Amino acid sequence: MTGSVAKLVSANGWERPSSMIDAPQIVVEGVGHTYRPPSGRPVLALDNVSLEVRNREFIALLGPSGCGKSTLLYLIGGFLPIESGRIAVEEKPVVKPGPDRGIVFQHFALFPWKTVRANVLYGLERAGLPRKEREERADEYISMVGLKGFEDSYPSQLSGGMKQRTAIARTLAIDPKILLMDEPFGALDAQTRSLMQVELIRIWERTPKTVIFVTHDVQEAVLLADRVAVMSARPGQIKTIVDTRFDRSDTRMVKSKAFIEKVDELWDLVRIEAIKAQEQKTT
Amino acid sequence: MKQALIRYSPLIILAAAWEIAVRTGFVSALALPPLSDVVLAWIDLAHSGELASNALASLWRGGVGLFLAIVVGTAFGVLMAWWRPVNALLGPLVEAFYPMPKSALIPITVLWLGFGDGSKILLILLGCMLPVTMGAFNGARGSEQVLVWSARCMGASRIRTLWDVVVPSALPELLNGIRTALALSFILLVSAELIVAREGLGYLIGFLGANASYDAMFAVVLTVAFLGFAADRIYQFIADRVLAWRE
Repeated sequence: MTGSVAKLVSANGWERPSSMIDAPQIVVEGVGHTYRPPSGRPVLALDNVSLEVRNREFIALLGPSGCGKSTLLYLIGGFLPIESGRIAVEEKPVVKPGPDRGIVFQHFALFPWKTVRANVLYGLERAGLPRKEREERADEYISMVGLKGFEDSYPSQLSGGMKQRTAIARTLAIDPKILLMDEPFGALDAQTRSLMQVELIRIWERTPKTVIFVTHDVQEAVLLADRVAVMSARPGQIKTIVDTRFDRSDTRMVKSKAFIEKVDELWDLVRIEAIKAQEQKTT
Repeated sequence: MKQALIRYSPLIILAAAWEIAVRTGFVSALALPPLSDVVLAWIDLAHSGELASNALASLWRGGVGLFLAIVVGTAFGVLMAWWRPVNALLGPLVEAFYPMPKSALIPITVLWLGFGDGSKILLILLGCMLPVTMGAFNGARGSEQVLVWSARCMGASRIRTLWDVVVPSALPELLNGIRTALALSFILLVSAELIVAREGLGYLIGFLGANASYDAMFAVVLTVAFLGFAADRIYQFIADRVLAWRE
């Protein structure tokens, strides 16, 4: 019942009741995680991480590779068991994956045996929508990401950018409240990446959702996010959270002094951690 | 069509060489009846209905046995990859029995189920299951974690992902395993029928050989070879269609 009301409200672009905006939608409290490789010593990946994410906020998790930022995302997604601490989404503890939290992976994770349309339809079938509505929804989201005409292509026939557009359409089609993005543009070339960033902003403005966006690209984090959580090298902790709200509709924003300074500020924070992470690798 | 003709032209050369070698007395007709006689014998066999009835008996046994081997083998392989206790239980058994020459099972299945269809079907089930299991297991084990996660977060239950993600991921290797099983099923079937049976193509080969009807015996041997070849080509054609998404 509440779900349908919320959908109606957001569809009309009205503000939600203030109580829903004030209470954090996602609460991560004192979460730790130990990675146990099949052979070798266990590694403490996350240590005592706490984070609050507000409804419809776009937050980036920024940190050097191996700092556990993806692990944190997978924990929120319910893909990994929570070993210590707690994670709650809208006051309900996370125990397993669900369609309220959609995810987009770095390497697309499309079903290679399904066409673009069949990939997008998959979640809608699982949701038990009637056939006609499924097909309309799929078409709508496929055109939204600009893949009209490629509905019957298999992922192997698409470029990296098109694969990721398909993955985004597939995830958005199930209308999750929360969008988890795991370095979604990390496998794309620089030009495609830049285009996809603009496109994501456009899509996000049309269908506002809470987004948790994992990246190691400082500029990308500042460009896309309202807030950037900087993570430390292993064991991953949230070192600081920086406000990075800019006017994203202004295309010259990335050239502004304020933007460049913000990127520099974050770079300095990340650099120290990146160096630490490098040292961990060599020892 | 023209390409196929060129591709298989060595077969035509071989057939011609066969005929010439026997007709010129280079090879004794006792060891190798002339191909033209073999063709005539084949027409006789086909005309009398003996070929069709025996072929049908063989294909029925082979088809049922192979079908069961595919179903059971796939289930074993996927479950072994999916659930560790199953692997712990079945893994060592598969390893131990995989290299065993499956024809050694012929007397055992006869002991259990007698001379009829049952023993042949059981033999093919047991003999052809393991390549399917290995294919399904290796394929399913290679299925990507992120695909399972994607399906899960789009609302699929854990069991559901088995069918929706793990099985299709395993398909390329599984289909390879089935191809091996298909070839194996012909070998096992004909050997079993040669040794103990009252009908079937293998039985017919043995029977004609024992009665010194060598041209007819060769006709049946060639029929078996052709059926095996045709089955493989048809299978490959279907498998290519099923895996069209790979490009």
